[in-house]
Amino acid sequence: MCPWQERGAGRENSCNTCDFSSLGYACRNISTSSALQNRTHVSCDIKGDVAVVRFNTPNSKVNTLSKQLSAEFTDVMNEIWANEAVRSAVLISSKPGSFIAGADLNMLEACKTAQEVTQLSQDGQKMLEKIENSPKPVVAAISGSCLGGGLEVGLPAAFDMMLTGRNIRADRAKKMGLVDQLVEPLGPGLKTPEARTIEYLEEVAINFARGLANKTVSAKRSRGLMQRLTDYAMALPFVRQQVYKTVESKVQKQTKGLYPAPLKIIEVVKTGLDQGNDAGYLIEAQSFGQLAVTKESKALMGLYHGQVHCKKNKFGNPQKEVKTLAVLGAGLMGAGIAQVSVDKGIKTILKDTAQKGLDRGQQQVYKGLNSKVKKKSLTSFERDSILSNLMGQLDYKGFEKADMVIEAVFEDINVKHKVLKEVEAVIPAHCVFASNTSALPISQIAAASKRPEKVIGMHYFSPVDKMQLLEIITTDKTSQDTAASAVAVGLKQGKVVIVVKDGPGFYTTRCLGPMLSEVVRVLQEGIDPKKVDAISTAFGFPVGAATLIDEVGVDVATHVAEDLGKAFGQRFGGGSIDLFKLMVQKGFLGRKAGKGFYVYQEGVKNRSVNSGMDEILQKFRVPPLSHSCSDEDIQMRLVTRFVNEAAMCLQEGILSNPLEGDIGAVFGLGFPPCLGGPFRFADSYGARQLVDKLRKYEAVYGSQFTPCQLLLDHANSPSKKFHQ
Amino acid sequence: AQPKTKKTLGKTGVKNVVVVEGVRIPFLQSGTSYADLMPHDLARAALQGLLTRTSVPRDVVDYIVYGTVIQEVKTSNVAREAALGAGFSDKTPAHTVTMACISSNQAMTTGVGMIAAGQCDVVVAGGVELMSDVPIRHSRKMRKTMLTLNRAKTLGQKLSLISKIRPDYFTPELPAVAEFSTSETMGHSADRLAAAFGVSRLEQDEYALRSHSLAKKAQDEGLLQDVVPFKVPGKDTVTKDNGIRPSSLEQMGKLKPAFVKPYGTVTAANSSFLTDGASAMLIMSEEKALAMGYKPKAYLRDFVYVSQDPKDQLLLGPTYATPKVLEKAGLTLGDIDVFEFHEAFAGQILANLKAMDSDWFAQNYMGRKSKVGAPPLDKFNTWGGSLSLGHPFGATGCRLVITAAHRLKKEGGQYGLVAACAAGGQ
Repeated sequence: MCPWQERGAGRENSCNTCDFSSLGYACRNISTSSALQNRTHVSCDIKGDVAVVRFNTPNSKVNTLSKQLSAEFTDVMNEIWANEAVRSAVLISSKPGSFIAGADLNMLEACKTAQEVTQLSQDGQKMLEKIENSPKPVVAAISGSCLGGGLEVGLPAAFDMMLTGRNIRADRAKKMGLVDQLVEPLGPGLKTPEARTIEYLEEVAINFARGLANKTVSAKRSRGLMQRLTDYAMALPFVRQQVYKTVESKVQKQTKGLYPAPLKIIEVVKTGLDQGNDAGYLIEAQSFGQLAVTKESKALMGLYHGQVHCKKNKFGNPQKEVKTLAVLGAGLMGAGIAQVSVDKGIKTILKDTAQKGLDRGQQQVYKGLNSKVKKKSLTSFERDSILSNLMGQLDYKGFEKADMVIEAVFEDINVKHKVLKEVEAVIPAHCVFASNTSALPISQIAAASKRPEKVIGMHYFSPVDKMQLLEIITTDKTSQDTAASAVAVGLKQGKVVIVVKDGPGFYTTRCLGPMLSEVVRVLQEGIDPKKVDAISTAFGFPVGAATLIDEVGVDVATHVAEDLGKAFGQRFGGGSIDLFKLMVQKGFLGRKAGKGFYVYQEGVKNRSVNSGMDEILQKFRVPPLSHSCSDEDIQMRLVTRFVNEAAMCLQEGILSNPLEGDIGAVFGLGFPPCLGGPFRFADSYGARQLVDKLRKYEAVYGSQFTPCQLLLDHANSPSKKFHQ
Repeated sequence: AQPKTKKTLGKTGVKNVVVVEGVRIPFLQSGTSYADLMPHDLARAALQGLLTRTSVPRDVVDYIVYGTVIQEVKTSNVAREAALGAGFSDKTPAHTVTMACISSNQAMTTGVGMIAAGQCDVVVAGGVELMSDVPIRHSRKMRKTMLTLNRAKTLGQKLSLISKIRPDYFTPELPAVAEFSTSETMGHSADRLAAAFGVSRLEQDEYALRSHSLAKKAQDEGLLQDVVPFKVPGKDTVTKDNGIRPSSLEQMGKLKPAFVKPYGTVTAANSSFLTDGASAMLIMSEEKALAMGYKPKAYLRDFVYVSQDPKDQLLLGPTYATPKVLEKAGLTLGDIDVFEFHEAFAGQILANLKAMDSDWFAQNYMGRKSKVGAPPLDKFNTWGGSLSLGHPFGATGCRLVITAAHRLKKEGGQYGLVAACAAGGQ
């Protein structure tokens, strides 16, 4: 019953391998292929008395639970059960690094109705139930990602994993009792490490299966004291009720009720525990069917496809791979960029102008890596060896070997021009110059360059090691190879990359601008920051709107708002920029200064509203306009301005397609994932309805709400959709 | 036997360096007769044995180098402490080297370098390890408190420091049994290595049984002439290695895997055991040895050190080093009469043999056109090895060299090749 979100939201699982086994050595090379039918997804070898079932979705990096795969798998299993010479079976993937990555999204998307999905789900359940009750032991040998339905194939006898779509490392899975044995990856031998590891996994699994059939090993998982106590307690109805209540409230809190799947899952588990397996399976299949056709499901599947799209380099391979990268400025962004580069094996120079700033930046990189050591996803040795590729310095030494320079210096065109000129004097001819700016037009920066074809924008999001998005900005002069190089670096850094055209605020900053302006307006109307945060998170934003300004930094926001205000005029109006300016004057720069809308203290979790803001807010107070300040109105005022601006970016060709627009908004700005992005939202909410709202607010507040032409076009012809 | 007459490997302009003699005290399983001694006691016994055996005048020795792995903190330069105790001249300098299981190889080659460079004529090289006692430390927190306590001036400061001590401060810190860089124990790595090369449990058990049987035979026939007796204070004189235990495949098959559980293949029976022991070797320039009337036992010609990935190729040193040193000496594998390889684990030896015999491995991992070939087993560790004789980390290298020399003499061979793997992937 694993929700397929796991796949959309999940990162690739760490490539540890897990499986089940016993002592001894496998006799190989005695395979006699039994099935001669033309199977393309599943094959079966008989090795002695053990059947080895191999999954291999053709032309795909991962195996997915498609109709074809399920049908062939059912076939193969039926043959195994019918074949008396076979006493046990091993399930394994032919693809290193992927067992079964979950349900085939294309299959789910092809389903028109909930009933169709329910039917699919029930077919799957029947098969898994048969495996669970198989008279012949079935061992799953799992290498790499095993998600969603794949997990159920692998571990039919185990607990269904619920709720949070997180990835579980192999050693954790063993501790949780999900798997019985782990096999550590092997190094080189007489074959490549990958090939030999999967072969070894199979050998070990075959022995384990044989042992299970001969009853020389037992698959019984010993239950610890805690487990036994828990089992006992869970058998008591009143304890169960209490647990349900706790889990439900926790889920409510995390999802704000915006994601239907987790609550359904609880309902299913409840039914299963209280009313028995059959009732549980039935409601599971039904719920899965219902969920698969919800708009949230469509939104998340859309994001998944978008993410896949943005993990490809549409410019092809660059002529020269970036092996040495120089980052200018060791601030939060610069150090973050250095961290995600150096840990991918790129030699990285981190340059600053002052020792103090450089120290801080180097410490940030160290801390970032060290937190992985504490979480055991990195050894201290790996941390040290990664850091040995980071060179912190105050001069331009070694820049003659740099393949790319990313500047993350102060957001001031004169400073940018100065460093560009300095850098161009020392770098080799092929070196790309990338600017990490959130709003300054790249062409303006490139104006100072001797080689504008090598200049590009790489807009990272803070904190760089956590935020997945990278927005790449090309100017008319940027060469294809420069773009290819920038995208390649971004992908190597693990980013989801969108490529947009140059313009004030590019795409992301430009969408955020009007929304934040509206936030200021709302604050001026006397709604306090906590309430603003609550309203925006209730809509699905991961970070409240007022907090977001603190995170971005009030000075940065002021800068951007001024620049964009000049460029776009009234459309960026609404809130008063002077409010920001006064905040900057008072030193309320946001989180980095310890004070913004909130007060930030080390170690204090429940931060309080900055009382110093009262006076400022009072000063800029405007009367609320009564018929448009319900919570819903406030949400819509924020969101419609966002969506309107996004549509404008598409209209002007800043964005090349709606898909990248959705990805940029969700992964860079935290646009509610359950809505799938501004364009997906426009489709599902209806362009007509959006335009109506905009018109309503336009009448009250002014032209900042005037809908753009593209949105009007969509509103006028209902068949027009951003996503087909 | 009549020595074969092949070309000499001597190089013009480089001094010939010879082994005059090499001895070792019996290698004992840790926790047995040497349990109450300190490392320098063992080294001292080996040095005295060497003096007795060779009657070399003490003041002739120019320099002493010792190898050791787990250092007793009180005698960190164990070479010096042992030399003083063994009655060497207090004018003879001594230093200690460490390079995991090839520490005494490092001691010997350091000596070779000194002689070849004309710095010395006579060097004593050796190695020592005492696994019966290892330094177990207080926790870092406790150490920090104790050190700060030293500096505290007033009683109040002292009491406030003491009051901060918590029960977890008393958790002791054991010397790491794992590779520092990867946190993987060596046995675990050996098991993965065996699996990577498809070495079966049975093959490993058979190899270990061979090692024990050959060692027993050599011991019974009195071939282990490098062993010198050691009168342990308060105990009887020890004259023999005590880890040689030829068993049966059935019995060995019953053991459970020691590291990769439950399906691994490395067990206590097919691994080398924790050992106490020490060795010492007298090396000289050829002229000096001849002038003093010694008949050299062997010439030390060429050596190489290699290193590779400490995770997946931790124990593959011999595979990498063998073709290199052969090339350096202008020999092929077929020219070698005697092979002495360090046996850390049966699985490690067999994996190395398979790697050396694989063109694929040579081409893909060693950057060579073709394999060097596996040494024939009838020339390979025929008097037992570390699996059966024991493996005091710091002392094994000298045992390998002197055993090779003795075997060459006994079997009438000319060229011997010694190789060993060491922690750190070297």
